[in-house]
Amino acid sequence: MTTAPFSRRGFLKGSAALAGAGALGPLAGPALAGSHSPLTVGFIYVGPKDDFGYNQAHAEGAAAVKAMEGVVVVEEENVAETVDVQKSMESMINFDGATLLFPTSFGYFDPHILEVAPKYPEVRFQHAAGLWSADKHPMNVGSYFGYIGLGQYLNGIVAGHMTSTRKLGFVAAKPIPQVLQNINSYLLGARTVDPTITCQVIFTGEWSLAVKEAEATNALADAGCDVITCHVDGPKVVMETAAGRDCFVCGYHANQSPLAPEKYLTGAEWNWPGVYTRMVQTVLDGGTIDNFDRGGLAEGYIKMSPLGPAVTDAARNQFEATMAEMMKGDFAAYKGPLMDNAGNTILSEGQVFLETDIALESMNYLVEGVIGSTS
Amino acid sequence: MSDGDLGLWAIPIAMLGGAIRVSTPFLFVSLGEVLTERSGRINLGLEGTLVFGAMSGYAVAYLTGSPWAGVLAAAVAGSIFGLFHGLICSLPRVNDIAIGIAMMLLGMGLAFYFGKPYIQPVAPDLPSIGFGWWSDLPQVQAALRVNVLFLIGIAAAIFLWWMFRATRVGLIIRVVGDSTDAARAMGLNPAVIRTLATAAGGAFAGVGGAYLSLFYPGSWNEGISSGQGLMAVALVIFARWNPIACFWAAILFGGAGALGPALQSVGVSSGYYLFYAAPYVLTLGVLIATSSPTRAVTGAPGELSITK
Repeated sequence: MTTAPFSRRGFLKGSAALAGAGALGPLAGPALAGSHSPLTVGFIYVGPKDDFGYNQAHAEGAAAVKAMEGVVVVEEENVAETVDVQKSMESMINFDGATLLFPTSFGYFDPHILEVAPKYPEVRFQHAAGLWSADKHPMNVGSYFGYIGLGQYLNGIVAGHMTSTRKLGFVAAKPIPQVLQNINSYLLGARTVDPTITCQVIFTGEWSLAVKEAEATNALADAGCDVITCHVDGPKVVMETAAGRDCFVCGYHANQSPLAPEKYLTGAEWNWPGVYTRMVQTVLDGGTIDNFDRGGLAEGYIKMSPLGPAVTDAARNQFEATMAEMMKGDFAAYKGPLMDNAGNTILSEGQVFLETDIALESMNYLVEGVIGSTS
Repeated sequence: MSDGDLGLWAIPIAMLGGAIRVSTPFLFVSLGEVLTERSGRINLGLEGTLVFGAMSGYAVAYLTGSPWAGVLAAAVAGSIFGLFHGLICSLPRVNDIAIGIAMMLLGMGLAFYFGKPYIQPVAPDLPSIGFGWWSDLPQVQAALRVNVLFLIGIAAAIFLWWMFRATRVGLIIRVVGDSTDAARAMGLNPAVIRTLATAAGGAFAGVGGAYLSLFYPGSWNEGISSGQGLMAVALVIFARWNPIACFWAAILFGGAGALGPALQSVGVSSGYYLFYAAPYVLTLGVLIATSSPTRAVTGAPGELSITK
């Protein structure tokens, strides 16, 4: 490759700059961070920012912030959930003068943000996921997240109308609470249409593992699932493989309809542009962002992809009615009586989990009707 | 989509399908590595070549609209990587294993760098042939949708086997691989032959990468390879440097990889991390079963730095 030496030189230059950042950091830091105009905002992603998934959703938010007056945005992608992210954060603070950081991946929080934040009390660290608590964590750290499970509930409603085998499929990465909540919500949505519908889940064990995701999708199609959704970092492979097997698909994280225009029903999307511009505006106005910020459809945290061409009127009507219900707030997807798929009672008659219920954030079971296990 | 519930029959069908779908990259990379190692050199950089082949194949297929142009580009890119490896290793006192690791990292880094603009676009897929027309089960039809590259891989395995056995070129490669001195005495130039063998091996690995991005899973992103290139190098030892055995080893790995998702789809859902480890457990088992404390690894080329 004629370009090889070029890129290698670029790499060396890059590493030299990084080493310099480490050396100069403590000196340059306060001087730069002290100047307040314009506001520099840093975004850090765990994967490529055009992955049709989690990172792309955040990058779209960053792009909206970039368009705001008086704001400079710095971004870095493919930053591992290791000491790498600490270096990235410190470099953004010391070199670029960032005073507001959005390290977007779940694993950045503990210990990385918690280690860096106390060193820079004038910098605000905003982390996407549900872990901040006032008595344990620094005040310049905040946590924000959306009730995306509601989006999977709406996916499930449409899927419930569109399935003819009464069997849905879910390709899941790891059995953590957020993923389990999405699986359960997807099935509960479908069961409002037909209570005999089941959902087959296959865990791949990793956030991004293309071949295994394709195999899992094929296995679901082989098992007779005809509407498939997923919770992995980049849903592109699942969407394309499922559509290739003549299954309908529901999206996740971002709008994947260009990947399967005919088979795409709808999708649960993050709406980070709205959230990020609101938070940045708060800082520009001299205010402080809440340390614990949550929201669903009504608060503009999540949105749904436009319904695809295959969606029937019955599905559209229930989808829209439920969405209107959610916009009023305090929606409860989880209503008693509810059992998990091992036969334990989760909610008895009359009990509900509202969307805001903190118990949902520590979910460790699959509800009755989900075929699969958490270990 | 029929409602056909196959019960436990779903597992062998899924493993057959998985074997056919997943094995092709293993097959191509291991064939390339057999060619290289038979000439007495080891190229550990094929993982990087695979990833770069996946990227360049996808990019060219997208830009030209022809997946076959992508495969060709991946082969050319792979052979350039191989040539580079071969030339550096021809210098005195250069360690081929160290260069291989460097080439692996270089290949991945370049692929990520140049591949950035191609994550979003959708490139055309390679065609496949349906061998499942005799069955009315959609599962069987899906499992027997065989990609043309898989068939080419089988043909290449048989060809390489025949080449090593019965042709002058095969003999030359084997001589160079078994004894540098003997090759010199015959008037051959071992460095040139090894470099060419490494370049050809790189082309195979590049095509394996193109299969990943152009057929299965069929898109380019930075996590496209889950170590297939590295595992294929191990497969070569497992297959005792025999191209036909490489084919069976690749099939075995592909099928074992499909076991985890297939078991979950029939309801055997606990312990999936364990099932995902099946291919590696299998490798360990076979290596232990076929090892011997008294003799060297059979079939190993004499000049190979790891077995010398």
